[in-house]
Order: sequence, then C-alpha cells, then structure tokens
Amino acid sequence: MNDYIILIGGMALVTYIPRMFPLVILPGKKLPVFLERFLSYVPVAVLTALIFPGIISSTDHPLTALVGGFIALILALKKFNLMIVVMGSIFTVFLLSLI
Amino acid sequence: MCGCTGGYSMKENLMSGIKTAFPIALGYIPIAITFGILGKSTGVPLNYTVLMSILVFAGASQFVAINLLTLGTGIVQIIMTTFILNFRHFLMSASLSRKVKDDEVPSGWLAVLAFGITDETFSVSSMKDDDIKISFMLGLNLTAYLAWTGGTFLGYVAGSNLPEIIQASMGIALYAMFIGLLVPEIKGSKAKSFIFLLTVVLSLVFYFFSQYIFLYEGWRIILIAIISAFIGTLLFPEGEKADE
Repeated sequence: MNDYIILIGGMALVTYIPRMFPLVILPGKKLPVFLERFLSYVPVAVLTALIFPGIISSTDHPLTALVGGFIALILALKKFNLMIVVMGSIFTVFLLSLI
Repeated sequence: MCGCTGGYSMKENLMSGIKTAFPIALGYIPIAITFGILGKSTGVPLNYTVLMSILVFAGASQFVAINLLTLGTGIVQIIMTTFILNFRHFLMSASLSRKVKDDEVPSGWLAVLAFGITDETFSVSSMKDDDIKISFMLGLNLTAYLAWTGGTFLGYVAGSNLPEIIQASMGIALYAMFIGLLVPEIKGSKAKSFIFLLTVVLSLVFYFFSQYIFLYEGWRIILIAIISAFIGTLLFPEGEKADE
C-alpha cells in the first residue's frame, strides 16, 4: 500500500461520504418547514458565493473577467440559452485578451 | 393529470441530463487539462493523477492536494484539508435531496449518483423546475465526470496544445454558467434577490477579513451560504409561491 493510494483513498472517502449521506437518507422524508425553506434557498446563496469573488481571478486580467461576467449577465437577462451565455462570455474574454 | 411527474421516459431524461451537462463539460475540460499538466509537472505518476480525478472528482481540492504534496505536507493533513474544502457538498446534497423524486428507479442509485455532486452539477440540477429524476442525474453527472477524468488524462499525456489565450478565455466558462443559472432564479423573487444581495455583501466582508483571518475557500462558501440562506428564511418564511 503506497502513500499515493492511501492519500487518494482518504481524499475520496472524505469527499464522497458528505455527498452521499443527505442524498441517501433525506429524499422523501418530511422535514420541518423552516428547514425545507432554508434548503430551497441554499442554491441561490451557493451560486452567488461561487461567483463572487472567484470570477475576478478567473481570467488573466480582472477587468476582462468583469466584462465577461457582465456580458453573461446581459445575455442571461435577455433569456438566451445557457450555452449562448457561456460561449458569448468566453468569446468576449477572448476578444478582450487580443487587445 | 396523473400522479406521475414529468412524463418523460428514462431515456429522455438521460438525454436531457447529458445535454444539460454540455456547458459543464466545456468548463471542466480546460481545468482538468490544467490539473493533468500540474500532476505531470510536479512528478506525480500518470496513474495516480488520473486516479485522483476518478476517485475524488472535486477540482479545487485536487489542485490544493497536489500543491500540498509538493510542499511535503503530511497525508493526514491533506486529507483533512480535502474534507474541509469539499464539505459544502454536504449542504448541496441536502438541498438537492428535496427535489429528487423518482419512483421508477431503485433509490440505491442515489448512493452512486451522489458521487457526482459538484458545484456545477449541483447548480444545474437545482435550477430544474420539476422533480429531478435519477436518469437525468445519471446523464448529467456521468457527462461531467467523463469530461473531468478525460481532460485530466489528456492534460497529462498531451500537455496543452491549446494556445494560452484560449485557455485563459475558457476560465470564465463556469462563472458564466453560474451567472446564466442565477439570473432566472433571482428574477421575480424578492426572497432570492435579497439572499443574492446579502451573499454579495457577505462575500465582500469575508474577502476583506480574509486578509486578517485565514479561511479555507470551501469553508467560506458554506459559511456564507448558510448565513445568507438562514437569514433569508427568517425574513421570508412563506416563500414566494402562494400555492406552495
């Protein structure tokens, strides 16, 4: 058993178990209303926390990242398909990086 | 209207999951390639680099683990760091569990599919209007997983033949996807708009204080999410749909 196996095995376990537990135990179970409500609000909070401030350092220059994010925002507000939002953003950053 | 939900066949759900995963796969591949390159450049053998992607499937923690390895950090410590970094998936899994409803497929599958819960698969799954079907999750998670593991392998053996510029532009991909998912979710919901703003403020506050107190990235996300969602629930206990 070498170190790599132990490391990766350990990492896999501590990553998988928290993912697995709720999904195996909770579906179909009735939770207190407060908890249900709370869990339904989690996606918005998580998504927002994932975007800020991470997006700033996602490209090679904060400004291109901000503009790229802004374009994504506009495209999303205009109800474009998700792929368009993503591609439009990538393309914008690409163009900016040529400057 | 029958008591069944969705009305799509398993195959249709599977296909839908695969299609929905395309933006995720697009964002994952360059990052996975980078991870493969990192593994190679730090001297981690190919099989273990790819094995990490195969068994862990959690981007940020994998990068951190490799970096810690090169610093000579102990195995136990790296594992603990991984746990902290990835713990937010627990909250995501709990949140997702409310939307999973599939009477056709044995729920043992959920234990398998839980393996594929990442920031991105969670975000996409959460935004589905109707119940999440197991076949949908399978298509979604599997596609994202293949992109991640395949990209890792590709990055290691082929290096990166993508021009530097294209790689840097791809960095925005997943964030653009998050934005694309967030906007429809917030629009027209006072509760969610509030939570959004609160989270932005909290993120700034945490960012400011991160200069004084060190906080693991994964911990930051879960703390902020819990605080925001909690306050949001206190202020908006009824939810916005009148017929909920």
